[in-house]
Amino acid sequence: MTDKIQVKDVTDDAVKTVDLYQEREKIYVRRIKGFYRNLRVYGGAALFALYFGTLWLDWNGRQAVLFDLPARQFHILGITFWPQDFMLLSWALIICAFALFLVTVLAGRVWCGYTCPQSAWTWIFMFIEEKTEGKRNARIKLDDQPMTLEKFARKAAKHLLWLAVALATALTFVGYFVPIKTLLPQLVTFQVGGWAIFWIAFFTLATYGNAGWLREQVCIYMCPYARFQAVMFDQDTLIVSYDEARGEPRGARKRGIEPSEVGLGDCIDCELCVQVCPTGIDIRDGLQYECIGCAACIDACDSVMDKMGYEPGLIRYTTENSLEGKPSRILRPRLIGYGLALAVMIGLFSWVIATRVPLDLSIERGRGELHRITSEGLVENSYQISLMNMSERDHRYRLSVDGLDDLELIAPPMVEVEAGGVAEFPVRLLINPNELQLPNNEIHFTAEAVEDPSQRVSAESRFFGPARF
Amino acid sequence: MSSFWSFYIIGITTIFLVGIVALIHFTRRMPDSEGVGETTGHQFDGIEEFNNPMPKWWLNLFWATIIFAVGYLIAMPVGNWKGLLNWSSSGQLTNDQIEHERRYGEIYQRLASVPVEDLKDNPQAMRVGQRLFEDNCALCHGQAATGGYGFPNLTDNDWLYGGAGDTIKTTVLGGRNGQMPAWGDALGAAGVRAVAEYVMQLSGQDDVNASLARQGQTLFNASCVACHGQDGTGNHALGAPNLTDNTWLYRIPGESLRDSVQYTVEHGRSGRMPAWADVLGEERVHIVAGYIYSLSQL
Repeated sequence: MTDKIQVKDVTDDAVKTVDLYQEREKIYVRRIKGFYRNLRVYGGAALFALYFGTLWLDWNGRQAVLFDLPARQFHILGITFWPQDFMLLSWALIICAFALFLVTVLAGRVWCGYTCPQSAWTWIFMFIEEKTEGKRNARIKLDDQPMTLEKFARKAAKHLLWLAVALATALTFVGYFVPIKTLLPQLVTFQVGGWAIFWIAFFTLATYGNAGWLREQVCIYMCPYARFQAVMFDQDTLIVSYDEARGEPRGARKRGIEPSEVGLGDCIDCELCVQVCPTGIDIRDGLQYECIGCAACIDACDSVMDKMGYEPGLIRYTTENSLEGKPSRILRPRLIGYGLALAVMIGLFSWVIATRVPLDLSIERGRGELHRITSEGLVENSYQISLMNMSERDHRYRLSVDGLDDLELIAPPMVEVEAGGVAEFPVRLLINPNELQLPNNEIHFTAEAVEDPSQRVSAESRFFGPARF
Repeated sequence: MSSFWSFYIIGITTIFLVGIVALIHFTRRMPDSEGVGETTGHQFDGIEEFNNPMPKWWLNLFWATIIFAVGYLIAMPVGNWKGLLNWSSSGQLTNDQIEHERRYGEIYQRLASVPVEDLKDNPQAMRVGQRLFEDNCALCHGQAATGGYGFPNLTDNDWLYGGAGDTIKTTVLGGRNGQMPAWGDALGAAGVRAVAEYVMQLSGQDDVNASLARQGQTLFNASCVACHGQDGTGNHALGAPNLTDNTWLYRIPGESLRDSVQYTVEHGRSGRMPAWADVLGEERVHIVAGYIYSLSQL
């Protein structure tokens, strides 16, 4: 009983506290030239051309790609998607997701580094930053010095240019939902609706905030893909890595010295790879979840190795297995599985799109009694027919029914439905009870365009009669 | 709302908001961990959760939502407080109704001048009429207007009150009260059976007991012709059904027709079609009548 219980001083003075929330540390990204940067610049240019250019293409007298929300129609080139086609949209998104998984298994986060809009716009904004505030060191200096007229002018120019790019982005984005060729003239003459203004402002600010201020914070804290992509990595996934065996021990040295003579590895500890990293990490600490696979550090390191006269590839795209000296396979069950799933889905999707009939027939059995006996003693069932013309022109449709002999259809002889319209109408079927073998029979309604027999769809329904005992 | 509940709601909302602010304030600081790498002690399958600080903008988003909440509570109604924007759900409904009338009123007005029987040639009127029918009439008369037990079939061109367009419109506007008196006491059980047998004969059934029907005819001529007419073909002015056809308003499927008719004669029937003038207004009733008329013309 002489042992004392350990005590801990918890008075306010003794315990140092820290804020639970952390300021973002601004990352000053150095620009670098190199092979992977060129890949990004040209690839990005193509993607930007796609994003800003698609908007101005026309098709059949309307915008080629238009997501018409009020009319609930998505026009993509020659095809119009309706709410009924939501499954197709889902599958299209699932296909995109699987393509992303496949790429991730193969090459890690290259989507993030090269094609993700968040990254692409961030690189654009960084380019503007460089042009207005100068190179990395100049920017750091500029931020440290007190406000001068020059500093203000540079900062103002930067933010104005950022806002201009953001506005162009937002206008383009809204243009996919409101036809751009009516939107722009309306904007110039101040005749635009409140919601359009709101969304343009919203996307402008979102673009400006994301690419200007948040940048890597989106990748680190917000992006769901960043959260779950780690589970797709395996030992054979291409990752940007520093070859520790070759680089360590790092240290400065004169040019032209054989590293082994001074007991050093190939890394000269110039910190360039850290300075070019858009997420501000040191790749030499190994694979980190912040890494977006953009290969800026590879470009930086290769240029240094070149200057030093060493082999390139101290930092390179490689796999964990190769780093450990094991054989690395590209084709592995995980990749083959994703590839097969993707191929099957793309095939089926293309087939469904190619054979799609732009006509929708849905049958709803009349509510209430399952069948009636008319005053003539015939058995009658009623149905609610809904015909949807999903094509680009008006059509007349003829309705027919089969499945039972001598079934009489009481319906309009011809139903006209304008392009993008729906016709709903009740129809009745009559039959002599002697023709009915069963109390419950399968029947098929068929709708066919009068002008175009290829537009023909069938839908199953049931015909009920009196029960037989 | 009584002022107690009003204060109750406003009080709870305020306490909740203040509580959130207090929560942020008192959890802002934590003991300094020994640099990075400290975990929260949570472990899942050997994966540990680090206790790293959260980004500041995250907290600022939280502040933004709190400020939004305060603004929202001032702008929108809470308790008895009406809100600066003066929004209310009933006001919203009224506005929507006014907007609706503004948009569709002129369509109804334009169609109001078209005679009921000509509406069937107007696709727009037919679409509107069908919608109105499905929303208001289909519940009793069925989606295809084929009626049911006690509810007339509107597609067979067999009318209790007459099938002219304006007559249909009158029916829908003011409703109808179809009364068949109970004759059980007056006729007695044997009389009911005889009259029912005669009615069967009138409608052309083939298993009729002729002598019983002859007895029934005498009774029929004494009691029933006032409404159903000398020949049993009914009377549109009274809504008395035609007994010579094979349309039966009160025939239960599966029950023999004779039993149904006997029941009707003995106990009477009371059918009520509600008036729609106050529900739909005349302009809409006009279009519904046009739609119903078109069904009988198919």
